[in-house]
Amino acid sequence: MNRFHVTRATGLSRFALALSVLLVVVLAAAPWWGSTATLRLIGEMMIYLALASLWNLLAGYTGLVSVGQQAYVGFGGYMLFTIALYLGWNPLVAIPLAGLAAALVSIPVAKLVFRLNGAYFAIGTWVVAEVFRLGFAQMSSLGGGSGSSLPVAIMRDMASSKAMRESLIYWAALALGAGSVAFVYLLLRSRIGLALTAIRDNETASSSLGIAIPRIKLAVYVCVAAATAMVGALIFLQKLRIAPDAAFSVNDWTVLVIFMVVIGGIGTIEGPIIGTILFFVLREFLADLGSVYLMILGALAIAVMMLSPQGIWGLIAGRRGLSLFPVGYRVETRGEKP
Amino acid sequence: MSILVLDQLSKRYGALLVTDGISLSVDRGEIVGILGPNGAGKTTLFNLIAGTVKPNSGTITFDGRDITREGAAVRCRAGISRSFQVPQPFTGMTVFENVLVGATFGRDRAGASDFAMRALELSGLTRKANQLAGSLPLLDRKRLELARALATDPSLLLLDEIAGGLTDSECHELLEVLREVNAAGVTMVWIEHVVHALLSVAQRLVVVDFGRKIADGVPDAVMASREVKSVYLGDDVHV
Repeated sequence: MNRFHVTRATGLSRFALALSVLLVVVLAAAPWWGSTATLRLIGEMMIYLALASLWNLLAGYTGLVSVGQQAYVGFGGYMLFTIALYLGWNPLVAIPLAGLAAALVSIPVAKLVFRLNGAYFAIGTWVVAEVFRLGFAQMSSLGGGSGSSLPVAIMRDMASSKAMRESLIYWAALALGAGSVAFVYLLLRSRIGLALTAIRDNETASSSLGIAIPRIKLAVYVCVAAATAMVGALIFLQKLRIAPDAAFSVNDWTVLVIFMVVIGGIGTIEGPIIGTILFFVLREFLADLGSVYLMILGALAIAVMMLSPQGIWGLIAGRRGLSLFPVGYRVETRGEKP
Repeated sequence: MSILVLDQLSKRYGALLVTDGISLSVDRGEIVGILGPNGAGKTTLFNLIAGTVKPNSGTITFDGRDITREGAAVRCRAGISRSFQVPQPFTGMTVFENVLVGATFGRDRAGASDFAMRALELSGLTRKANQLAGSLPLLDRKRLELARALATDPSLLLLDEIAGGLTDSECHELLEVLREVNAAGVTMVWIEHVVHALLSVAQRLVVVDFGRKIADGVPDAVMASREVKSVYLGDDVHV
């Protein structure tokens, strides 16, 4: 029997993994080599990398094309403010708690929106996000429609010096950005990833082979909601101020994210990474152009969708299905190269 | 003792009754062949047993347990496995990964990769383990259907037209595999138009026409019966 063994890694993937670890180490040391502006820029990139990787897991791998993930960004932000303002706890502790709260809230939301399919699901998630926005706008204890700010005292509790606070927020962003990519990678390598790939290809055959499709989709939805809320909590910890329109902005937290995933390459781990980097490069060079900049982004998205539906990574990977973070299985028979 | 009991099972699509009060009981370890003209409702019967579609009335009992309302995934884990008449491979996954899905989710013991490789070996697909399933020709897709079904470690195997298009020697190999699987204790229900293949392993034949069971018994007796002749040859044939 045991004339074969199953491998997951390739030479390229080992190299990519080593490079990624090195990159994270270098980035973790940024407070010692970078300016405040550099920290802010990398921090923001990490936040979008996290949102893009999570949305890609949801839409690209699980087929749940949500345009309402801003619901969890805003919810996470408001949870952080609630915990910090009313319980007086350290905001960094509030980040995972916001994730936990979002996980609980996302279960009944999923029960509702999972009744819808395709375009109806997308619109349904958007409606839910609007309901969240209107709901928080009604809460006068959190500032209602005009929002509220985090008092300086709470920020001082987190760390006494401004530099230390900047560093802590930066590390949290790095942890969420790198952590989200790692989470997606590990999840896709697990049996859940095997199920997701099968479901993507053929739902009828998947359930006939024993995959409990609704349970798998729910698990992914809840995990993504929790992680998205943690990112949201961090976003508004950095901004120090929250208001319903900013917290539940479909443009900032979903449209830009979809743009990054689509131009990078949906349904690949590399796609959101490339898309995030490309977006920030474009923004650095084109932001001075005002609204023309947004038109260029739109034109680029359309061009990529028409010329390479698999995104920029799809062009690089080509037909051979090159992968830096492979999640598949290869059978190697002893003595012969298959 | 019966492993599968269908009681007055009916399925209707609008005005069309595709399964019309079928009752059938299959004994543990048995190989039952199902015959019937195209459109008789054979594949629908499999869809009902495997849980891909739900009946309008009637009950399905498997291993002494009423599974009429259970979904396909639960039935698969309970031990019912099926191949699809029109192959449904996971086209973006390799042959091995296709089979690994069945070995991982269709059974609950560890050692999924070993089990998947064994299923590939039985189905003659070992050499194509790393090929994308989407690139396989039709015959290999049919082999893959069998491999995936075997990988779930079934106690009841539903085979839907897997012998069509095989050469004589390939057909002979397939029959050897089915005998081996059956000898290991797996019950089989097999829909097949290649009658000589079916007759060489089936211990019982069931004939379905217009959603009804019109014959059920020992193969020789069923093949010789008036109902079967009238379905296949027409009413006015006297032989």
